[in-house]
Amino acid sequence: MAIKKFVVGCFDDEKVLFPAVKKVRKSGYKIHDVYTPFPIHGLDQAMGLRDTSLHTAGFIYGITGTTTALSFMGWVFKTDWPLNIGGKPNFPLPAFIPITFELTVLFSAVGMVLTFCYLCQLAPFVKKHHFHARATDDLFVMVLECGPKTNEEDAKAFLASVGAKEINVQVAEADWWLGRYDKEEKLFEAGKTVAHS
Amino acid sequence: MASLRYESQTREPLVTGSKTYHQVTEDIIRPIETKPSTLWKVGFTISVIFLLFGVYSVYREVAYGIGEWNLNKTIGWGWDITNFVWWVGIGHAGTLISAILLLFRQGWRTGVNRAAEAMTIFAVMCAGQFPIFHMGRVWMAFFVLPYPNSRGPLWVNFNSPLLWDVFAISTYFTVSLLFWYSGLIPDLATVRDRAKVKWRKHMYGVLAFGWTGSTKHWQRHEALSLVLAGLSTPLVLSVHTIVSFDFATSVIPGWHTTIFPPYFVAGAIFSGFAMVQTLLIITRKVLDLEDYITMEHIEVMNKVIVLTGSIVGIAYITELFISWYGQNTYEIAAFRNRWDLSTPYGWAYWLMMSCNVIAPQFFWFRKLRRNLLFTFFMSIIVNVGMWFERFVIIVTSIYRDYIPSSWSTYYAPTVWEVGFYMGTFGLFFTCFFLFSKYFPVIAVAEIKHILKKNGESYKADMGEEEKSTVEHFAHEHAHAH
Repeated sequence: MAIKKFVVGCFDDEKVLFPAVKKVRKSGYKIHDVYTPFPIHGLDQAMGLRDTSLHTAGFIYGITGTTTALSFMGWVFKTDWPLNIGGKPNFPLPAFIPITFELTVLFSAVGMVLTFCYLCQLAPFVKKHHFHARATDDLFVMVLECGPKTNEEDAKAFLASVGAKEINVQVAEADWWLGRYDKEEKLFEAGKTVAHS
Repeated sequence: MASLRYESQTREPLVTGSKTYHQVTEDIIRPIETKPSTLWKVGFTISVIFLLFGVYSVYREVAYGIGEWNLNKTIGWGWDITNFVWWVGIGHAGTLISAILLLFRQGWRTGVNRAAEAMTIFAVMCAGQFPIFHMGRVWMAFFVLPYPNSRGPLWVNFNSPLLWDVFAISTYFTVSLLFWYSGLIPDLATVRDRAKVKWRKHMYGVLAFGWTGSTKHWQRHEALSLVLAGLSTPLVLSVHTIVSFDFATSVIPGWHTTIFPPYFVAGAIFSGFAMVQTLLIITRKVLDLEDYITMEHIEVMNKVIVLTGSIVGIAYITELFISWYGQNTYEIAAFRNRWDLSTPYGWAYWLMMSCNVIAPQFFWFRKLRRNLLFTFFMSIIVNVGMWFERFVIIVTSIYRDYIPSSWSTYYAPTVWEVGFYMGTFGLFFTCFFLFSKYFPVIAVAEIKHILKKNGESYKADMGEEEKSTVEHFAHEHAHAH
């Protein structure tokens, strides 16, 4: 939850964005994030992000649903209130399959959506810093994080050289995360757009 | 990378006109930012009137009991369960488009998935009303939930298909809602970031959950959509399978058949696509979205209609054949009560046959598949037919039971039974009108995603692979070295 300084460059074409990401990374700048109006396949690899494990979480929630359904129905019909229905078994697996399947899907879907919202910090009334309003419309917004050694003028010039159309410097509290506090970084005054190019 | 972007030139563009990303945003979000048209207001008012009539009809049933309907000992399921199955079936096309076609990588789904998913949610909402109010004492409806109660605890019967239905329909509704809303979040953020009016910025800000468009978030979003699609695919098949189990696991001739699950699922998709056509042909016209929901989209959906209609036709004929081939007296009698025009409900069977099996065959002609007026007409015909399919299955199987003395009654609905059905139409269209006014009816982000591949003005640039030599193509894409 640190307030940091960012150099922001906006691109209007993903064909320019891809080589720019590569060049920026090669020259040692730290990409805070790239904000895009739609998913761009391969951009995550280009930025060096690791693959998401959301699928694994979904699988775990799914088998939780399976075991919950089977053990609950088994407990009800075998232990809590065993009924003799025409001498049929108390644990009729085929008859339990529909509900078991439905609960597997339900647990997996609900769990995954909640995990997704938690990981991305998405919830009603959450307010985040938006580097550019058109990042959800037609601009690809690359945000570089300034460290103590970063010369922002150089960074701005570099972004312009790789094809960024609109460049500015912003001080903001971005990408906040429950429970994480970055003590190392120098804090800046929030909410300011510094020096326009 | 390159091979993923490859798109044959012979395929029609999915977005016509020359569009930029910004133009896409403009076109789809503009209706949200302008005042509703007179047409919208009139339609909305009519829907609300229908809804209110439905509310009153339901009030009659709750206050005076099931006797307000013409159900009796012999015909225990009539319009109510017919309508339930009909509405659930309609919902299926939305999930098919959003989930199954996503797994099959069908690009054309992007134009229609948002509206179709909304349709699913509203249709399932309508469907749910019928079994709940059919219980009679609706204030006891929570008895279907397996909770520790003071009656023993006496648990629900997990072996009963009716209970499976409770789980199936509620899971289906929840998962469809999550799938739909998670897809909406980025688009709601687009509305938020464009908003000039304070209340709109605030309202869509709350609805958009603080979406920024971060690459990491998109990566997770894509993973989420894919897994939800993977989960919804067997889910949608299971839901109508379980609905068909309500009938198939009974011992009533005419219901007790193993063909029901695939037959019901095909019928559900059939009627659902017809409803998508009904809604989208109007929506694209009223909201000026002909560039995004093109004739290509309409034609593809008509192809699905002729396919599923023919599957349903085969199922009807198979049922008739098996009833003869099985040589079971009761089975033969049950089916005679359907196909024989001289029986009280023979007309319903032949109405069903002509609407569902014969009429869709016109879609073998390309000219008719691409004719808007004809498609619209057919979409209504198909849904009339599919309503009668459920009516025929339910009522003609039970109105002549094992005691011929109870045969004399001819089941026709009371005004409150019809009113309840009309009321669900009101609910459905009220929701759809609100949706089309306040939400992006087309997935903006997804259209932008396919724009450079399937957009009319970009397609010509994508022919690199087609121009290259075979050796070069193999070297680049086949990895055959």
